[in-house]
Amino acid sequence: ERRERSRRRKGKAEHETSGHEGNKRERDQTRANKNEEKIESGDQLKEKEKALGVKKKKKRRKKVVETSSEPETSEDGDDEEEVNNDGEVRPELLSPEELEKLKEAVDEKKKLIQSLRGKPWPMKQKLVTLRESQLFVEKYEGALGKGKGRKLYAYKVMMTKKWMKFQRDFENFKIACIPWEMKIKEIESHFGSSVASYFIFLRWMYGINMILFSLTFGLVMVPEALMGRAYGSIPRKTVPRAEEAGAMDFAVLWDFGGYAQYSVLFYGYYNNQRAIGWFKFRMPLSYFLVGVGTVAYSYMVVIRTMARNANESGIGDDNSFNFSWKMFTSWDYLIGNPETADNKFASITTSFKEAILEEQESRKDDNIHLTRFLRVLANFLVLCCLAGSGYLIYFVVRRSQKFALDGLENHTWWERNEVNMVMSLLGMFCPMLFDVISTLENYHPRVALQWQLGRIFALFLGNLYTFIIALMDAINLKRKEEKVVKYNITMWEATLYNGTGSENSTAPPITIHPADVPRGPCWETMVGQEFVRLIISDTMTTYITLLIGDFLRAVLVRFLNHCWCWDLEAGFPSYSEFDVSGNVLGLIFNQGMIWMGAFYAPCLPALNLLRLHVSMYLQCWAVMCCNVPQERVFKASGSNNFYMAMLLVILFLSTLPAIYTIVTIPPSFDCGPFSGKNRMFDVIQETLESDFPAWFSKVFSYASNPGLVLPFILLMVLAIYYLQSTSKSYKEANVELKKKLQMVIQRLDNF
Amino acid sequence: MDYTNEPDCKLPLALIVDMPELKENPFRNRIVESFSEDGMGNLSFNEFVDMFSVLSEMAPRELKAIYAFKIYDYNVDNYLCKEDLEKTLNKLTKEELTPEEVELVCEKAIEEADLDGDNKLSYTDFENMISRAPDFLSTFHIRI
Repeated sequence: ERRERSRRRKGKAEHETSGHEGNKRERDQTRANKNEEKIESGDQLKEKEKALGVKKKKKRRKKVVETSSEPETSEDGDDEEEVNNDGEVRPELLSPEELEKLKEAVDEKKKLIQSLRGKPWPMKQKLVTLRESQLFVEKYEGALGKGKGRKLYAYKVMMTKKWMKFQRDFENFKIACIPWEMKIKEIESHFGSSVASYFIFLRWMYGINMILFSLTFGLVMVPEALMGRAYGSIPRKTVPRAEEAGAMDFAVLWDFGGYAQYSVLFYGYYNNQRAIGWFKFRMPLSYFLVGVGTVAYSYMVVIRTMARNANESGIGDDNSFNFSWKMFTSWDYLIGNPETADNKFASITTSFKEAILEEQESRKDDNIHLTRFLRVLANFLVLCCLAGSGYLIYFVVRRSQKFALDGLENHTWWERNEVNMVMSLLGMFCPMLFDVISTLENYHPRVALQWQLGRIFALFLGNLYTFIIALMDAINLKRKEEKVVKYNITMWEATLYNGTGSENSTAPPITIHPADVPRGPCWETMVGQEFVRLIISDTMTTYITLLIGDFLRAVLVRFLNHCWCWDLEAGFPSYSEFDVSGNVLGLIFNQGMIWMGAFYAPCLPALNLLRLHVSMYLQCWAVMCCNVPQERVFKASGSNNFYMAMLLVILFLSTLPAIYTIVTIPPSFDCGPFSGKNRMFDVIQETLESDFPAWFSKVFSYASNPGLVLPFILLMVLAIYYLQSTSKSYKEANVELKKKLQMVIQRLDNF
Repeated sequence: MDYTNEPDCKLPLALIVDMPELKENPFRNRIVESFSEDGMGNLSFNEFVDMFSVLSEMAPRELKAIYAFKIYDYNVDNYLCKEDLEKTLNKLTKEELTPEEVELVCEKAIEEADLDGDNKLSYTDFENMISRAPDFLSTFHIRI
């Protein structure tokens, strides 16, 4: 490139000083490389330049002689000459139409520069065209500004160019910053794109959690820690005297009790003071808005990704190009490992043989009744499993509530953590059970995978909702307790004042250490703690299954193979394959739990970030070390939007309980940023009344009038219906056009 | 091969197809040949960059389709005729299919994609078929 540039510069200099021989070489070269398109646009260009040239020629007598003396050289070369010889184009000399034409030419060149990347020309040609177009644009753009405004125009042009350069550098920098790119590339070349898609999904989740973490950390945890009242200053921020003895024990901290409970990690620590710090940071408002904002951001990101995926995949009709697609798109160009390549060859061959078989014989299910009966039986078994697991969780949660009433110290570790362990174990073993049952059904592998995913989804959903229902019971219990405690506190305060004297208003406030004040129950912190414990136990279970199920298994197979009766590597148990769908589902449900609990435990996004970070490294290592590439490789690409759709459903379902609790249950009177209010969203009302000018709250109250909201909702429903019907008509028009295209091509051929 | 003194030097085919990214690809020879100016597979630096740019994630779909057509066109006649398809299929399955099966698959493929009825796939036919393929962008991709 540098060579070309210097050659051009030399050529120009030569030309300007002496004749045009120096340029001829270049002209020949560029002529040889030009495409028809370029010559076309060059033609139009020539016309405009000729128009300019007419005016210019009057000034340069010498040039007239030269240009007229070489009629046989290509006109493009002529143009170059004129361009290269050009000093300045005086805008005053050009009439407005010519100015317009010049502007058009410049715009065309700019468009050419933009679209150059997508053209299938060889690189050399592209570079040359680019260089020429840039020179042309540079030359004439500055000249386009009229007389006085010229300097401003040139300045604007320069700034635009600098901005584009900055954007490009920034893009490069952004791409260089993408984490874990080399790791994913290695996995891709070993295992193919479907396994790598899980890790890309994990990285995307990590990005979302990073944003959620920065929101909760920066706007909720840090302000309270820095500007709120310190630990130990008020009762809700202090460990009660009764618990103080064991507050620092590891077992208590692991359970998120003790000092961990009375910290910014949980809802209960936050004070309900309206504005804290020297710049009046509205803590309760910020807490509420961050909670709403995390959900809104997640919706936005998921829906935007879904839309982008839908655009790329297009409205494909699945079966019309079966063999062609198998032939042209089945080889994964990312594969760089011989073993994987062998597997891929084998699976492509198998897939072709299957397709041929399907094509040759008409699929006659001879035992159609047997198949149907088996499928019904399989579904029945699956339903039994689901019902059983739901009941088991309910039973276990009930039991743990009984234990809690008895006092947790009397029970073993298992009894205390029963709920979490049971949920995690169910999540681990039931999918395997479903896998075994699905062999009864005898479906095509892709269909079987979808059934499997659907069943695991139902399992997780059922478990989660049973868990939530049990949690609601616990919340109601705590609220009943609240009433009792309120009563007790008034009694206790009465005795305190009575003890020191019977003056009411002039009695000096008695200083009692905050740890001794009787405390009200805090159901929000309890909910937060439950979620945190669930996530921790889920994480531990995943890692332990990974280590045992994958790593230990691989070690055993490898080293016991010498002294075992049958070939461990080929038969049972052999090395494990990477279970893409199971892992993706696990990730999605994990995220659902984060969304559910983030309002009550602001530490959850931080915890999740840590967990995802560790998972990335651990799973990358495990996949490379203990797994083998899958034997049956089929299209997982259609599943991309399927996973996004599941994420969206989970997002919706997990924000429902949180919204329900915010809207219906009054906050605890003794803890959290909303204590003392009737409902949590009252903080918005309060802010509107006190912080905004009076007319604002009036406008808001008009806007939230049901008379206005209902017609708005109706309008949106109508808009959805309209858009749906237009999209349907577009699809039909598409099909019609396709048919027409085929007819037209046939007719053309007949000529 | 001294790049600084003669920047126009070309790398031979044998060296390029030994790259880890291309080593296992059954179409590696065709890929390099379709980006080389002389058709023999010797790439200059610009052509090398061009090749990986087209095969990267950011290249537009139409560009990839154009080059995919060139790659699968073994006899370089601007049509994917039956022989081209047969060669592609044999490379893909490492010749594990019987000749009758190969015949059947190629016939079916032409039947599906051929719009103008000339028993071979022109670029329009190929582009029409590949633009609907959901996997094309993700499989026709080399990360470097």
